[in-house]
Amino acid sequence: MAAPQPIQYIKLNSFQRNLMAAVSSIIALKNPYRDDMVAVSGETTAGNSLKMMHGKMLKDETGRRILTDQPRITSEIINMDKLQQLPENTFGRKYADMMNKYKITPDSRKVVRFVENPEHAYVLQRYRETHDFCHLLLDQPTNLRGEVAVKYYEAIQTNLPMCWLAAIGGTIKLEQNRRVSLIRKDLGQIVRLANDSTFFLNIYFEERFEQDLDDLRREMKLL
Amino acid sequence: MMLARSLRLLGKQQKTWTILSKPAYSDDKSAYTDFGFQTVKKEEKAGKVNEVFSSVAPNYDLMNDLMSAGIHRLWKDKLLKTLNPNSRTVLLDSAGGTGDIATRFIQYVGEESSPQVTVCDLNPNMLAEGRKRAEKQNLNMNWELCSADDLPFEDESFNAYTISFGIRNCTDKDKVLKEAFRILQPGGRFLCLEFSHIKHPMLKSIYKQYNFNVLPVMGECVAQDWNSYQYLAESIEKFPTQEQFADMIREAGFSAVTYENLSFGVCAIHSGFKL
Repeated sequence: MAAPQPIQYIKLNSFQRNLMAAVSSIIALKNPYRDDMVAVSGETTAGNSLKMMHGKMLKDETGRRILTDQPRITSEIINMDKLQQLPENTFGRKYADMMNKYKITPDSRKVVRFVENPEHAYVLQRYRETHDFCHLLLDQPTNLRGEVAVKYYEAIQTNLPMCWLAAIGGTIKLEQNRRVSLIRKDLGQIVRLANDSTFFLNIYFEERFEQDLDDLRREMKLL
Repeated sequence: MMLARSLRLLGKQQKTWTILSKPAYSDDKSAYTDFGFQTVKKEEKAGKVNEVFSSVAPNYDLMNDLMSAGIHRLWKDKLLKTLNPNSRTVLLDSAGGTGDIATRFIQYVGEESSPQVTVCDLNPNMLAEGRKRAEKQNLNMNWELCSADDLPFEDESFNAYTISFGIRNCTDKDKVLKEAFRILQPGGRFLCLEFSHIKHPMLKSIYKQYNFNVLPVMGECVAQDWNSYQYLAESIEKFPTQEQFADMIREAGFSAVTYENLSFGVCAIHSGFKL
């Protein structure tokens, strides 16, 4: 049980931001398990894409509600046990099953520290915390191939430089046959879905746990 | 173009730093001290410094090597050369953390003469790290968990006292100096190796930019710790000048107080004798 860590707003000057962006991105690409470097890389390279994401949320009614409520996702707030007891085909139950299967918790996400604008900082934090939902909605596993697939989806929807970096960097890192399989089988559909479906940050996921998963997918135009 | 803009912004940064140093208290000023650019209650500083060093402990030496391009080793070697100990030296290495100086001391005098050294530090993590290393090398040192401003040693129980990159972090530097004076025997020597100030204006400016812009970034990427290295940069900035510090040492009772700049003033070794 972990309470959500408060978002910080450490000010960086241009020099620090650029240096951090360069160093953290290189480390993150070389060693994707350094989740702290992935996080810092995302924060220091985000720039204008956060403005765009924030704008998309402001234009949508649910997006506006999320920005007002600023919900966080941690194991303290999301009751995983309750989700486990929901009917089998529900979004919440499938989410709990997926988290159990891959042995992950929502607490492993780092908190945003280097985005100055508080609204933008929240948007980035929300993006980070809903990443696991994307895995579920796209039915992609958490291995490298699955992560890259989700990153393409997120890159198109959010335009975050870090997502593009991770998607392309990850594609290069994949084994030859997996890379080919990803590009031939999944990529076309992922790109189409990313372009046509609802902006995933405009879904108030916490209100949809009891909804049928396929129903939610249809609603988001993912199916 | 980006480079030009970055360089201009570096210049602007000077203003923000001084704004940060304005104290936010209204009552008794003597109850407060510096923690980097923050002004904190004296009781709080030790705790905050402890936090910094608990998080820094495991990556401490790696960070030191990266930040100073390995030159910190030369600085410490110079400190030992200045001390020039022999088998009769009984050394207290204060704020000695991981035992850098104590190790060099033993190697300088030679293990066969069983040199006597005690390392004391406020932070248990640093001491633990130091103990581990000493055991690995089979070196015999005494370890004491205590604060440099309140030493649990008898008067005049040592004839040499060193404090290397430690006094900057102490809550009450005057108290630390007085304690050093107390536990030294007449004829005993006080030596302090600490970050100091560069006189040359251009070098000074480059050094300041390096401290504030590069160190915290390195700290974050290598040690996952932005804040501790931000603190480092601020505490270096706030430390007294070579002359001011020499005066403080004289105030504590020491005689023949001198200092020597290392690396253009990036650090200085201050020396004093109890006569």
